[in-house]
Amino acid sequence: MAGKTLFDKIWQAHEICQNEEGQSLLWVDRHLAHEGSFHAFNKLRERNLPVRHPEQTIGIADHYVPTVSRNLIAVQPKVRNVIEQLVDNCSRNGITLIGLDDPRQGIVHVVGPEQGVTQPGLLMVCGDSHTSTHGALGALAFGIGASEVAHVLATQTLWQTKPKTMRITINGELAPGVTAKDIALAWISRLGADGARGYAIEYSGDVIQKLSVEARLTLCNLSIEGGGRCGMIAPDAKTIDYIKGRPYAPQGEDFDKAAEYWQTLYSDADATFDQEIVFDGGDIAPTVTWGVSPEEALPIDASVPDPAEAETTSKARQIADSLEYMGLKPGQKLTDVEVDRVFIGSCTNSRIEDLRAAAAVLDGKKCKVPGIVSPGSTIVKHQAEEEGLDRIFLDAGLEWRESGCSMCVGMNGDLVASGERCASTTNRNFKGRQGPGARTHLMSPAMVAAAALNGRLTDIRELQE
Amino acid sequence: MKPLNKLTSIACSLPLENIDTDQLIPARFMKESRDLGYGGFLLHDMRFTEEGAPTDVILNHPEAEGTQIMVANRNFGAGSSREAAVYAMVDYGFRCVVAPSFGDIFSSNAVNNGLLPAVVSVEDYERLSAYLAEKPEQIHLNLEEQVIGFGDSQIRFDINPTWKRKLLNGWDDIDLTLAESEKIEQFRNRYISQFSWLA
Ligand code: SF4
Repeated sequence: MAGKTLFDKIWQAHEICQNEEGQSLLWVDRHLAHEGSFHAFNKLRERNLPVRHPEQTIGIADHYVPTVSRNLIAVQPKVRNVIEQLVDNCSRNGITLIGLDDPRQGIVHVVGPEQGVTQPGLLMVCGDSHTSTHGALGALAFGIGASEVAHVLATQTLWQTKPKTMRITINGELAPGVTAKDIALAWISRLGADGARGYAIEYSGDVIQKLSVEARLTLCNLSIEGGGRCGMIAPDAKTIDYIKGRPYAPQGEDFDKAAEYWQTLYSDADATFDQEIVFDGGDIAPTVTWGVSPEEALPIDASVPDPAEAETTSKARQIADSLEYMGLKPGQKLTDVEVDRVFIGSCTNSRIEDLRAAAAVLDGKKCKVPGIVSPGSTIVKHQAEEEGLDRIFLDAGLEWRESGCSMCVGMNGDLVASGERCASTTNRNFKGRQGPGARTHLMSPAMVAAAALNGRLTDIRELQE
Repeated sequence: MKPLNKLTSIACSLPLENIDTDQLIPARFMKESRDLGYGGFLLHDMRFTEEGAPTDVILNHPEAEGTQIMVANRNFGAGSSREAAVYAMVDYGFRCVVAPSFGDIFSSNAVNNGLLPAVVSVEDYERLSAYLAEKPEQIHLNLEEQVIGFGDSQIRFDINPTWKRKLLNGWDDIDLTLAESEKIEQFRNRYISQFSWLA
C-alpha cells in the first residue's frame, strides 16, 4: 500500500462519513470566530439552532478594532456595533471571547498559535481565508464562508470535497535578505494566484526545515494567495518546543501523549502527491508586488512589465489595467517607485520576529514617509516594548499602535488615501483593499522598513551590504 | 434557497482576471445589515467613481438590465472568504457566474446561496466572452445537462456533483447534517478516546 501524505493522515482522522458523491463530512476540532462572523450567528438565530459545541469555538476581536486606543467611545457607531455583536453572540452562546480589553487580544491567526490553540493534527476553521496560517504547526486549517460557519456552529462538522495534494519543496539555502514572505511571493508569481487552486499544499525541503516557526506561519498564511485550500508543514522538534507550555496546549502527561502522536504526522517516504513543485531557495530574491494581484510580483531589482511585450492580447489588457490602477509606467524600475506611506502589521507579518526585522533596519534612522506599526497581538506588543522596539519605530517617525487587522483591510478606518502608494507587509494588493483607490505593494517587513527610510521601493540588500 | 435548473437571461461579460472578493464588495460595506440588501454594493468601486457617478462598466449599460449571468476571466472570487461577496451578487440578481476558474471559498459560498459557479475551459470562455464583447446578449443555461447555449453554439461547464444536487434542489446542508447526528456522536466518542488530550 502506498504511503500517506501528512494531509491524508489528518483528513482521514476527521472523516465521519461520505455522501453518495464521495464528499466527506469532517469533524472540526476548533473554530475561531471574529466580528465578521455575525452573519453566521444571525443564520443560527433565524433557525433557532443552538451552538452544538461552544467549547470548541473561540471568539477574537480583530477585524474592526480601533488601533489608536482601546476606547470604543470614539469609534464610528456601525463599527462599534459589529464589535459589540461579537461580544453578544459569544456571551449568549457560552463561547470564550478574547475581546478588545483582553490581554491576549490580537489577530485571530496570531493569537491561535500564540495561545497554543493551534496544534498539529487538528482540523481548524475560521470565517477568514488566511486560516491557512495555522497549517504551519501541522494543523489542517482552512477558511470558510458564513454559511459554513453557521454549519460548524450548529453541527461541529463540515462537508468538504477532498482537495488534491501539492508538495512545494524548497531546497538549498536562502540568500541574505530573503524571507518567508519572499518565498511565498516568488512561488505565487511563478504558479499564479490560482496556481494551487483545488490543492492542499505541503511545504518541505531544507529551506522550510530551517525556517523558524514564525516564518513558517508567514509562508502558510500566504497559501491562499496562490489559491491553495490550505498550506501545511510537518511538525518537528521546533514545532513541539513552540507549543509546549502555551495556555491551550496539553499539559503534563497529556502533552507527552500528544507530542508522540504529533511525531507521526509527516508524509511517508513513499507517499505520492498529485503535483510536485521544486524550487532552489538560492534562486529567490527579495520580492515586491507591482500590480493588483499577489501573482503580479517581481524581484526588487526588476522593472515593471510592458503590456506591449505581453504574449496575448488578454494578458496585455490585464497588465495595462493593473498599471493604470497602480499609477505605474511600463518598464519603470521598481526601485524608482516612490511610496507615500508604509504599514507594518497583519496576520502575515506582525509577529515579534517581523517587528525585530523591521526595527533592525530602522534603528537610529529617520523615515522619509509616515506609517503605522500594528503588532499582531497585545502580547507581541508588550514583548516588543520590553525589547525597546517601540522606541525605534517612534524615533524613526512611525506610529506605534494597538493590535488588530488595521490597515490590512481598513475595516476599522485605518485606510490608505485614494491615489496614495503604500509599502505594506500585508497579504493583498487587491484594488481598494487598503481603501478606495489605494495602491499597495506587498513585501517583507525589512523591505517595508527600507522603503520607509528611502521613500521609495528599496532593495534591502543594498542597505545590508 | 431557490432551486436552479434552466435559465434564459441576459449575460454580461467582465473580461478581467482575478476579480477578487474585495472588488465584489469593498470591505467598508460589510458592517451593514443584510436586511438592507447588498446589491447596491456589488463591484461598487468599479461601478462608481469616487464622486459617486456611474462609470462606463458594462453593468451600468441599459442593455445589461435584468442580467442574471456574469461571464468573467480566470480566478473569479479569489481572496477573502467574505460571503458578503456572494450576497452582493445574489441581491443584485445574479444566479450564475461563468469563468475558467474560481476561488475555492467563493465557489462554496456561492453554492450555499444558490449561485452557480460554472467552470468552463479557457477556449470556451474565450468564445463566450467574444460573443458578449459588443454588448450583453441572451444566453441559455441548463444545469441538469451542464450546458450553456449562445447563438448557434453550446458549451459544457463543470460543477462538483454534490453542489449540482444542492443547487437543483435548493438544499441547505444543516438539515441534512443534523439528520446524521447519531453518526456524528458515535464518531466523536471514538475520536476523543483516541485523542484523549482533546477531551
Ligand atoms: S490581518 Fe488582514 S488578512 Fe489577516 S485576518 Fe486580518 S484582515 Fe484578514
